[in-house]
Amino acid sequence: MSGDTILKVRDLYRVYETKATMFRKAKSLTAVKGVSFDVERGTTLAVVGESGCGKSTLARMLTMIDAQSSGSIEVDGLPINIAKTGISKEMRQRVQIVFQNPYGSLNPRQKIGDVLEEPLLLNTDMPAVERRDLALQMLQKVGLQPEHYGRYPHMFSGGQRQRIAIARAIMLKPKLLVLDEPVSALDLSVQAQILNLLKDLQDEMGLTYVFISHDLSVVRYLSDKVMVMYFGEVVEYGTRDEVFNAPQHDYTKKLFAATPQADVASIRKRLALKADAA
Amino acid sequence: MSLLEIRNLKVEFDTAKGPFKALDGVDYTVDAGEVLAIVGESGSGKSVAMLATMGLLPDSATIAADKMEFEGLDLQTLSARDRRRVIGKDISMIFQEPIASLNPCFTVGFQLGETLKAHTDLRGKKVKTRVLELMHAVGLPDPEGRFNAFPHQMSGGQCQRVMIAMAIACSPKLLIADEPTTALDVTIQKQILDLLVQLQRDSGMGLIMITHDMGVVAETADRVIVQYKGRKMEEADVLSLFERPQNPYTKALLSALPENATGDRLPTVSDFAEAGGF
Repeated sequence: MSGDTILKVRDLYRVYETKATMFRKAKSLTAVKGVSFDVERGTTLAVVGESGCGKSTLARMLTMIDAQSSGSIEVDGLPINIAKTGISKEMRQRVQIVFQNPYGSLNPRQKIGDVLEEPLLLNTDMPAVERRDLALQMLQKVGLQPEHYGRYPHMFSGGQRQRIAIARAIMLKPKLLVLDEPVSALDLSVQAQILNLLKDLQDEMGLTYVFISHDLSVVRYLSDKVMVMYFGEVVEYGTRDEVFNAPQHDYTKKLFAATPQADVASIRKRLALKADAA
Repeated sequence: MSLLEIRNLKVEFDTAKGPFKALDGVDYTVDAGEVLAIVGESGSGKSVAMLATMGLLPDSATIAADKMEFEGLDLQTLSARDRRRVIGKDISMIFQEPIASLNPCFTVGFQLGETLKAHTDLRGKKVKTRVLELMHAVGLPDPEGRFNAFPHQMSGGQCQRVMIAMAIACSPKLLIADEPTTALDVTIQKQILDLLVQLQRDSGMGLIMITHDMGVVAETADRVIVQYKGRKMEEADVLSLFERPQNPYTKALLSALPENATGDRLPTVSDFAEAGGF
């Protein structure tokens, strides 16, 4: 699989400008500062960082919601710069996204079948019968039932809605799937189901993931490579084992130290410290 | 005598589809100087139990308990007027969304002062002095400058510190924290948890942590109650719970943690439900 690079990002910048008003000068904020990385086909890159570190801005640029200020993005050989070229249907089919909150990302007035068919309707010339067949197949693939086709989002639980959002994202068989905190809003047991589903889909369809998360235990479970961002810059980038076993940057070390430890040895240590203090 | 003692608490909500049992006969006890964690998924009734204790549930809820006492004071027969003397002073609570819990129209200094004016004899300059002391105690940088700041001018972690300052303003005997760190970053979560535990240790108050995060439980609790669908699954001290979980649901929860993943797939709660029958 090595050498088969599907996403190539070089020296990417994003600057947000605020307009000058009578009381305030114009200010600019650089949300992403010169980020470069590669993702290989069928693998998962995890992007980790705290709120405000630019990880969601990065996701917005990869999914063509926002244009980059400078730098290059290449998805499977196709250069992407929507400020210059606009978006073509071909570009849309290559990258899809799953958002954090499954309660906000589905239209409450749209039936599940229509949710799943819409990407096909907008981006392909497929006839209605085929779209319906594909949608029904997809429902089964993500662990839902054919009878869910005609139902509305409010009839589903959070975990089921996230399955629908994932199904919608892979309807177009994208080369790259960006997952923006897809399990943060879910309960632990549901989170496990969704993570299993993502792994199964990756094995089955050869999907490539950019997985954005602040939860290191999830990242460790799912990722092949890890990129840690801090104030718009990449401070650590390497394979999962490199980053987890030998973190180099101070911020990464701080992040690991802050993550709650749920193993018995750590609890023993904490209780012993507490007994000493008392 | 326990600080808080609740026996056989039942809470029912009237819904359009008939009564819904949110809590079905659960016991809680907390001693002074103890940290009790209540863990469960959404819908397990963990928040409802504490809201019932505080008398914060809407009229559609029917609360019944064999015993519901705080320091020997019967909370069930308490009039609204007497309840207000206890709540906010001897029992106080911190909620999940720090920014939503503060009033956006008033400065944080004013809001902190309100609590003191309602429950103590402090007036005028003494209020301000005490507020600044509190802001200092919860580690807010530059209390003098922050005194006149509005909630939107501060970060989520800082707002949560203000909420904590408000909760401890009258040196409560019992502090209930309902998912206090769920909306925060890992590094900030660590700071807030450390702060809560340190305040608890210094003042010897009882602390109830409501959470769905096993990591938070492992880092803070002395004793743990695991709830599922309105019933208590297991109650144990923190070490035995993680070392030798007895109930199948607890086992399921612990093995669904991504960091405990052994094979390729995460076990989910439904895997255990079939085998364990809960």
